[in-house]
Amino acid sequence: MDLPAERGPLSAGVVRALGGEAAIDVDALVDRVHGRSDVVEVVSNDDFQLALWVMYELHYLGFEGVDEGWEWDPRLLRVRRELEGEFEADLRRRTDADVTAALAADGDLSARLFDLPKAIDGPSVARFVKRDATREQFEEFLVHRSVYHLKESDPASWVIPRITGKPKAALVELQYDEYGAGRPDRLHATMFASGLEACGLDSEYGAYIDMVPAYTLAVNNAMSLFGLHRRLRAAAMGHLGAFEATSSLPCRRFVSGIRRLGLPEKVAEYFDEHIEADAVHEQLALRDICAELVRQDSTLERDVFFGAAVCLHLDVVAGERMLDAWQSGRTSLRVPALDPEAVA
Amino acid sequence: MRITRTVPEPFAVSSRDVEVTACPNGPLLVRGADLVRDSEGRAHPVTRPVVAVCACDKSQRMPWCDGTHKVIPKNR
Repeated sequence: MDLPAERGPLSAGVVRALGGEAAIDVDALVDRVHGRSDVVEVVSNDDFQLALWVMYELHYLGFEGVDEGWEWDPRLLRVRRELEGEFEADLRRRTDADVTAALAADGDLSARLFDLPKAIDGPSVARFVKRDATREQFEEFLVHRSVYHLKESDPASWVIPRITGKPKAALVELQYDEYGAGRPDRLHATMFASGLEACGLDSEYGAYIDMVPAYTLAVNNAMSLFGLHRRLRAAAMGHLGAFEATSSLPCRRFVSGIRRLGLPEKVAEYFDEHIEADAVHEQLALRDICAELVRQDSTLERDVFFGAAVCLHLDVVAGERMLDAWQSGRTSLRVPALDPEAVA
Repeated sequence: MRITRTVPEPFAVSSRDVEVTACPNGPLLVRGADLVRDSEGRAHPVTRPVVAVCACDKSQRMPWCDGTHKVIPKNR
């Protein structure tokens, strides 16, 4: 993957340093993080989210032509830490009331986790896709989702060496399924790539980064934040649980929408696989991982709910923004490059 | 090397112990099975390490759970 285009002073500082165009000025970047002159909140801040996303990507597949040593460069890590501090604080603010309510509610932990999507709910992109979306809108949806689904499940894998016993066994059982259970063609990321190709879209990892808005990057950055910090392992597992628990029923609607639009079977196959897979995974994630993790260490309960609430909250934000764009006749992407007339 | 075990029909059962876990208000999690039979006796091959078998009878893809139980009112 190539380095993305910068979106402001923070991302410019990071991208130019990685690309070897300019020396990294840590103090200036740290000052920028705290002294941002714009009033755009962190989740919607393109410059902020892109800078963080680029630094996180160094821990996954990295960038073409970028020295792999940057992954653990202390100067870059210091900038990342500042961004992460602001991002985590914003996520905690946004979810605090829901987390506190879920902690105080009656019922066992997995039942309260299963109930959380009812409390943090928004307009359904899946319903819109089922009934109303145009082919172009559905392709935009795939572009947003490609940022995550082309590395599907990877952020949760960071947690494996950080937990023990039953939750560890359950997490590996879940991940083994996500990674195709020994069949490379059934790797969920590979199935998604096949779906993109069948629709005539680019399946290369990171191909659409320049087109996705801040909120799509924020969805991904939250997973990397939780995955890369052992301190946040319970949030990572809460996030995984909420993601799985809000997948089967929407995936059924996506399949209906795909069939209504007459799109290729390969893309339907990806969502169809998730109807059954995630009906299993939600049980594993919420009962055998999250509930067991808290049984082992009750101090992790708040962060399990925090992670779950962040997953649901950011999904609501992304859904609202996408639907708002489509319903007012706009693209939800940063540049309307999917529209051939706009390019011509 | 991959060794493919051939299992004679219709007695296609598992060579391992099959473990079934009932999830409250949810499906049965089945580990170790090679196939699951639906109520009409049709065999469905198990293709993932653990499968969720419908326990509410409302799934649209029997015998597998598809999450439908979550939209059925619990007090019925």
